[in-house]
Amino acid sequence: MSGYTAHFRVWRGDVEGGGLEDFKVEVNDGEVVLDIIHRIQATQAADLAVRWNCKAGKCGSCSAEINGRPRLMCMTRMSVFEQGETVTVTPLRAFPVIRDLVTDVGFNYQKAREVPAFVPPAGLGPGEYRMFQEDVDRSQEFRKCIECFLCQDVCHVVRDHEENKAAYAGPRFLMRVAELDMHPLDAAEAAGLDRKRAAQDEHGLGYCNITKCCTEVCPEGIHITDNALIPLKERAADRKYDPLVWLGSKIRRRPAGG
Amino acid sequence: MATGTEPHPNSGGVRTRTRAAISAPHLRTDRWWLAPAVTAAGLFAFVVYSTWRAFANAHYYSAPYVSPFYSPCLAENCKAMPSGPNADVFGSWWAISPAIIILVFPLGFRLTCYYYRKAYYRSFWASPPACAVAEPHAKYTGETRFPLILQNLHRYFFYFALLVAGVLTYDTVLSFRDPHERWGHMGLGTLVFLVNIVLIWVYTLSCHSCRHIVGGKLKHFSKHPVRYKAWQFVGRLNAWHMQLAWASLVSVALADFYVYLLASGVFDDPRFF
Repeated sequence: MSGYTAHFRVWRGDVEGGGLEDFKVEVNDGEVVLDIIHRIQATQAADLAVRWNCKAGKCGSCSAEINGRPRLMCMTRMSVFEQGETVTVTPLRAFPVIRDLVTDVGFNYQKAREVPAFVPPAGLGPGEYRMFQEDVDRSQEFRKCIECFLCQDVCHVVRDHEENKAAYAGPRFLMRVAELDMHPLDAAEAAGLDRKRAAQDEHGLGYCNITKCCTEVCPEGIHITDNALIPLKERAADRKYDPLVWLGSKIRRRPAGG
Repeated sequence: MATGTEPHPNSGGVRTRTRAAISAPHLRTDRWWLAPAVTAAGLFAFVVYSTWRAFANAHYYSAPYVSPFYSPCLAENCKAMPSGPNADVFGSWWAISPAIIILVFPLGFRLTCYYYRKAYYRSFWASPPACAVAEPHAKYTGETRFPLILQNLHRYFFYFALLVAGVLTYDTVLSFRDPHERWGHMGLGTLVFLVNIVLIWVYTLSCHSCRHIVGGKLKHFSKHPVRYKAWQFVGRLNAWHMQLAWASLVSVALADFYVYLLASGVFDDPRFF
């Protein structure tokens, strides 16, 4: 296949307003959407603002919405589009826009700070941690996250309801809570921190209605819903909605979930 | 935040003032509506069929087969089923269809199932209709309040679903009889029941609550090797939960319909031996 000319519509503007701008731009074999955005920037719109870094799907910078779907621009091949198809690129629509394709993702950093960090176990210093692989497998899946925030962008809880941003951490940070709660050496419970209860009470787990859009858009293929959010919902149910588990933990005099 | 563009307090979803000024509720160009439309049609068809059959109170037994909608049959007005799953627990005061007594449990199990929740939230409630497609509701509280907070009871329905699956397994064993209660026979209905019970069991065991109960709740798999293996097994099934949910929904309806056809005299059960 040789090169062709594609029709791009790119959102340009800032918080005061903006709109979709049309571009006719050259496309060559093997290129991705970010290449085309760079070509537009180099040849037609030198002041087009776009955030990017690695071009390898590992830094999570070039998140945008392409034909209405949250995706990484660097991982979206032009070959997935028909040659005559118009490709529409907009900034993430769940976050405040700064300029053109760049949004303010500060909401996510704020939510990250609200999740209590790993609590080191007593009596073990750095370098003395020993864990079995089967105990860390689950957390390691979640550590693949590149923090592109596509899951946060697509989650309708905050995308469609700005007012929920205060109460809801979003899939990325609920996954962080799950990761820590499943961590074999996290000593939060011994320190009086109940991550299961906090997931529901402080990070808004109940807002999630497990419609799986976070999983659908994750460029790392993390099973966010099935492996993090639903297990976390079940753990929260242990704490808050299951009298049998509560009774069992009292009778056995040890916390459920050893 | 450093940029001074904090989220605007007004609720306007993707049209909130600080976000990119795009008036369209979504810009998707694919057929995003197809999946929720097919799901809605499938679930609606099942609801219509099962409501008809549950309230019909007729044509649910044709020896040796009993419809899964009427098993176990717990009222006095149940048909006589030799060695079958009848127990006159509710007595004679129960005047309507005995199917209603037992269907509450599989219905509750499927209604609170994590897959079906996704399915009906998307297809019936449009919350959201599809990913990155704006939902039509002005307010959203998810599963934080009554009645949706009751979704947390899923594990209890799972326990009941195990019991119901046990009874349906018994029914399948009984289907290896002939119409005169002699053992060691098999007909097309036996095959239908076998397929149905296998699908019912794998769907039930692939449940997310089951995955949690058998091992997911543990922090250290290394201390519980048997439960770890069980968790891995359920996890493999769980990856197919959606497909199993649909397959078992169709199979249970087909098993019931097969019994209906036999009981209403449309045809006789082809016997293999």
